[in-house]
Amino acid sequence: MSLRTPLGRARGLGSAKNGTQHWWHQRLTALALLPLAVWFVVSLITLADATYEDVIDWLSSPIVAGLMLLLIFAMFMHLKIGLQEVIEDYVHSGWRKVASLVFVTFGTITLGLACALAVLWVWLVG
Amino acid sequence: MVEFTLPRNSKIGKGRTFKAPEGAKRIRKFHVYRWNPEDGKNPTVDTFEVDLDTCGPMILDALIKIKDELDPSLTFRRSCREGVCGSCAMNIDGTNTLACTRTMDEVKGDVKVYPLPHMSVIKDLVPDMTNFYAQYASVEPWIKTSTPEPSRERLQSREDRAKLDGLWECVLCACCTTACPSYWWNEDRYLGPAVLLQAYRFIADSRDDHTGERLDDLEDPFRLYRCHTILNCTQTCPKGLNPAKAIAETKKLMVERR
Repeated sequence: MSLRTPLGRARGLGSAKNGTQHWWHQRLTALALLPLAVWFVVSLITLADATYEDVIDWLSSPIVAGLMLLLIFAMFMHLKIGLQEVIEDYVHSGWRKVASLVFVTFGTITLGLACALAVLWVWLVG
Repeated sequence: MVEFTLPRNSKIGKGRTFKAPEGAKRIRKFHVYRWNPEDGKNPTVDTFEVDLDTCGPMILDALIKIKDELDPSLTFRRSCREGVCGSCAMNIDGTNTLACTRTMDEVKGDVKVYPLPHMSVIKDLVPDMTNFYAQYASVEPWIKTSTPEPSRERLQSREDRAKLDGLWECVLCACCTTACPSYWWNEDRYLGPAVLLQAYRFIADSRDDHTGERLDDLEDPFRLYRCHTILNCTQTCPKGLNPAKAIAETKKLMVERR
């Protein structure tokens, strides 16, 4: 029980004075993902019958590799922002919230880096 | 964490049934949420049979008739009975609205009446609005100026006045705020659609000199950005307003001033 006034509670710790960048990046990555995701899905369909060498050839073009890197960056950034929103919405207890935010941050960076390295590897090493 | 099931003391039981008087021809059943803080029991849903031939057309007419003739202990807020005061906001037929402006014809079958969702209940249909009003006060809903006091009214052009249309009509009934899932999960930190609409009402007012500070106070991952454009607010507003648009305009200003 607390005898703090309702207004004091409502004001809480004050405004964090951020959140706009987060919101803006979520929109930007969503916008970037529209064409990139369509391109990626169409590419996969056209490569449906391709051999292993065909796919390596396709991925070795600098344009394709560049678009793949953009897709990976936008996708994992969007994923990270989205998951963070979900956690902030639903998880309220201190340690669980911090732990899940750390897990999401480390996890998305690790997965995104692994994807990017794989593309670079195929492009540069073959 | 979010709880998706009701706590044990909130599980709703079956209540009493109040029959309509002998000879009533047009009977409508009302299932009304009841909870009394003094008897230590779980909430129940009571059934009231209302004789429509002796009742007005609105849901509020029926509630008043129930209190008057069937059970005087039924507790709810009401005042103006014409959609101006916002007191009789409640959940009717699954939608937050004002009992005084919702006709019985708009509801199919039995009428279910519950208090506003996800609020602490004081008694029956009366929710605890303390936090909602405190949040409203926290956005300082009055014109703030730094210019010297003029000798007459503060003037406003017709175009600037028109920017407040769709904002000033809000009666603070809290139908929108209590319909918002984001508010259900984070009512301690998220301001909710009604208060954000009211905040924007002063951000949009040409007579206010403190727009930037108002935006500063709102720029917060929880206060403003818990809004995920679910749009329950706009769908449920009994005054036909669009809180989601006011929130979107606020977010646009946040980006514009970066």
